[in-house]
Amino acid sequence: MIAQNIAFTILAAVATLAAVRVVTTRNVVHAALYLVMVLASVGALYVLLVAEFVAAVQILIYIGAIVVLFLFGIMLTRATIGADAGLDNDQRWIAAVTGLFLLGVLTFVLVDAFGDDRLPSLENMSREALTAERGTGAVGDAIFSTYLVPFEVVSVLLLAALVGAIVLARRE
Amino acid sequence: MLVNQFLLLGAVLFCVGVYGVLARRNGVLVLMSIELILNAVNINLLALGSLQGPQAAVVGQVFALFVITIAAAEVGVGLAIVLLIYRNRHSVDLDEVDLMKG
Amino acid sequence: MLENAWIIPAITFASFWLILFLGKRLPKHGAEIGIAAVGAAFVLSCVAVAQWIDRPATEMVTAATGAGEEHGGAGEEHGAEPEEHGGAGEEHGAKPEQEAGHALGQVRILAAEADGEHGEEAEHEVEPIRAAVERNVTWFSIGGIDVTVGTAVDGLTVVMLFTVTMISLLVHVFSTNYMHGDVRFTYFFAALSLFTTGMLLLVVSSSTLQALFGWELMAVCSFMLIGHWWEKKENSNAAMKAFLTTRTGDVGLLVGIVTLFFAAGQTFDIARINEAALSRGVPQTALVVGAAALLIGVIGKSAQFPLHTWLPDAMAGPTPVSALIHAATMVVAGVYLVARLYGVFWSAFDIGAGGANPVAIVGGITILIAAALAFVQRDIKKVLAYSTVSQLGYMVMALGVGAWTAGIFHLFTHAFFKGLLFLGAGSVSHAVHSFDMKADMGGLRKYMPTTFATFLIGSLALAGLPPLAGFWSKDEILLGAAENGYRFFEVLGLVGAFMTAAYMTRCVYLTFFGEYRGHGHPHESPPAITVPLAVLAVFSVGAGFLNAPGFELFGTLTENRVYLRAGVPHHPFEVFPAVVSTVVVLAALALGYLLFFQRRLPRGVTSRNPAARAGYGLLVNKYYLDHLYTGVIVGSVKGAIARGAYWINQKVIDGVVNGIGIASKRAGGWVYRHVDQEVVDGAVNGAGFGAEGFGGILRTIQTGRVQQYGALLFGATAVLALGLVIFV
Repeated sequence: MIAQNIAFTILAAVATLAAVRVVTTRNVVHAALYLVMVLASVGALYVLLVAEFVAAVQILIYIGAIVVLFLFGIMLTRATIGADAGLDNDQRWIAAVTGLFLLGVLTFVLVDAFGDDRLPSLENMSREALTAERGTGAVGDAIFSTYLVPFEVVSVLLLAALVGAIVLARRE
Repeated sequence: MLVNQFLLLGAVLFCVGVYGVLARRNGVLVLMSIELILNAVNINLLALGSLQGPQAAVVGQVFALFVITIAAAEVGVGLAIVLLIYRNRHSVDLDEVDLMKG
Repeated sequence: MLENAWIIPAITFASFWLILFLGKRLPKHGAEIGIAAVGAAFVLSCVAVAQWIDRPATEMVTAATGAGEEHGGAGEEHGAEPEEHGGAGEEHGAKPEQEAGHALGQVRILAAEADGEHGEEAEHEVEPIRAAVERNVTWFSIGGIDVTVGTAVDGLTVVMLFTVTMISLLVHVFSTNYMHGDVRFTYFFAALSLFTTGMLLLVVSSSTLQALFGWELMAVCSFMLIGHWWEKKENSNAAMKAFLTTRTGDVGLLVGIVTLFFAAGQTFDIARINEAALSRGVPQTALVVGAAALLIGVIGKSAQFPLHTWLPDAMAGPTPVSALIHAATMVVAGVYLVARLYGVFWSAFDIGAGGANPVAIVGGITILIAAALAFVQRDIKKVLAYSTVSQLGYMVMALGVGAWTAGIFHLFTHAFFKGLLFLGAGSVSHAVHSFDMKADMGGLRKYMPTTFATFLIGSLALAGLPPLAGFWSKDEILLGAAENGYRFFEVLGLVGAFMTAAYMTRCVYLTFFGEYRGHGHPHESPPAITVPLAVLAVFSVGAGFLNAPGFELFGTLTENRVYLRAGVPHHPFEVFPAVVSTVVVLAALALGYLLFFQRRLPRGVTSRNPAARAGYGLLVNKYYLDHLYTGVIVGSVKGAIARGAYWINQKVIDGVVNGIGIASKRAGGWVYRHVDQEVVDGAVNGAGFGAEGFGGILRTIQTGRVQQYGALLFGATAVLALGLVIFV
């Protein structure tokens, strides 16, 4: 339990600091690299929540594909490589106030609603039982039985996004 | 572990993302901030799923996967739009994109 | 074939893909695939008709309040299910409206007795009918509900299958010549195949959800086909108009389907919805809402008043498409839907009670307004288009007055003569390269004898001259209206018949008589065009006899469960009303002859008589409905509100922030000048002042920068969330 809490603390700290750097850094490429840090630590947090398949997908899709896509985007839009003072707009303070206000409200609501609720302890369960209960197999079963229709819809959505992206980005 | 550990981390990431969306001028950076928001959502889905027991945990995972898929679609289309803006205006500065101005 | 009816749409669907992928490489550019596929579908439909005729009548059905026992015939596909619902009618047997239905059921049986043919069945109070053949498979389950797809084939379905595939086949053949050399020839045939698929899917479907698929498929294809020559702006506008107008109605359809889904106990199955509606197992309010919503869908699709405006514009498409849309598909889909879900309409609007109901009223209005519009058209296709609208009004009215068989029969006969007329108009335009009757036609009977003869037959059939097809079906509708207590609608129908005969006389005169006014030398069309005309002419003459007295094949063939459960009354042919309608038609023809052929028309009546001129202006402007739609509805959104906001912002951003007094005075002046002139006054003035008031607040916000909007959005959400936490 202690080990988990230590792990959580480290990961949460890394994620938070990296996230703050993503939105404050003056270097676009650095922002993408900080984003990798956020995504990796959030992926590790998924493992703490016994969701190893989601963690794997997080690494594969987010870091493997999406961040690479971002880097391509940075490259293709010829952003300044290196420090660039003009990355923020003039409503930074409004945004900061909005964000902090939102954080305050959310914190209040969450503490009010969940207080000291603990996640159910999984210490006593065997690895096999845990895998059978919420492992990759269980997730696959759920996707391809109960959530088959949403799954198909999502695949169509991806196709539509693909077509849309090509149409948008293609040169005439 | 408290469930609030995760939920509050989610809230922090969400708000940082909101700040980024509102304060960044570069279109690509705005899209990155949106990814932060979506990650916050995923943390919430998984944490609340675990809180409710094994079946809900699986449901939470399934939805987190859907969110990741949709994030991928969103980035694809979003970057295409940013690229198009860049091609037309030679800049991805969102302050200049004010066609909605009344 | 009855069990495997899905094959018929499947063939044309496959043909669509084949033409799309292989069409261009074939010698005939895909036309041969289309013709072969629709031909095969036609043959299979004929097989289905034959099998339906052969099918033994085994199912016993009583009216919803009758003896109540249900004998699911031996080996019927839907054995157990109807029995559960069958009993429901008895429990509420005491309701007065059901007694009325019962009485009507008796009338029907008495009528059968008088007919002498069904005497022996009448003694048992029930007579067996051919049971519908249903076949369903589960498509998917969601939330504990099995959504099924399948086919339900009964008399109505086989009639529709036959009509649709036949007209479609003839249109395909016609198009090979008519569209020859078109840039998008292959594409055209692919779209025709898909269009036919949509209609066939609709007619065989056993569930409302599946029917919606066919319905929307047709909407998409009509968009493609009407806008086939989209290079011309007006054509693509017409396609857009057709699409959006029918879409307006489809909102109603969707609402209706969902309402009935819940009202009938979470089912999309048409048979179960009808049964639930007829056995009064559904709250009346839900039923009325559902039926009214469906009726809106029907109004949109079947071009009923006031959403009929898209159909004449749809003439922008190639003529074969017009023939297909107007004769057998698309517009009759609405009529078919009413006929298919008749139990719902019957119970919701109490059709058996007589008097008046929304379905009959919509149909009745449509007959008259469309027939009047047909008089002032110069374009031959538009005359026919308004005529179609008017005839659809007959069908809808027939269903509304409880003349179910008559409505379907009119649909059936109308398909032939209207298809004939459209293809005839296509043949004429093929020769003179125009649709304008006044400028480019006249005297064509000498040049195009076959087209003239067939067109004349079609016109007389449409006018309802005995013994052509239109006479029998129209007469049946009028008889039904009279016998079911809808006297007023009978009169409406007679007036409509008079007008129909008169405007068709005008149309035939302008096209085929007098002196040729066009350029060049018109010539008779090739066989690919005249053969379909001849085939349709034969049917226009003969189809009416299917339900002639003493034969009545059509009526017995299309009898189905719903029809009998509802106790829809049946009336045999009567001589007197038939004579009346014949006299009316002859009078109209004579009047038309005097007016147009003999030139006994008082010349210049529209320029001298103000009332006549006003009426003419009203008709030429199509009752100003288009002005209402584009000017007032679109205009008030686009013009007043958007432009008002724009104006306010412009002034503000330019730094002209004057006192409220000046601003409101100017705004008032602006609103007066622009809104009043471009849009109707009244309510819109209020909107203008409202926009002005809000403009003061909105002006600081409308920067056009998404991120500011985002900041407001998130901030407002947080504030609202805080409020929710604190106060709730």
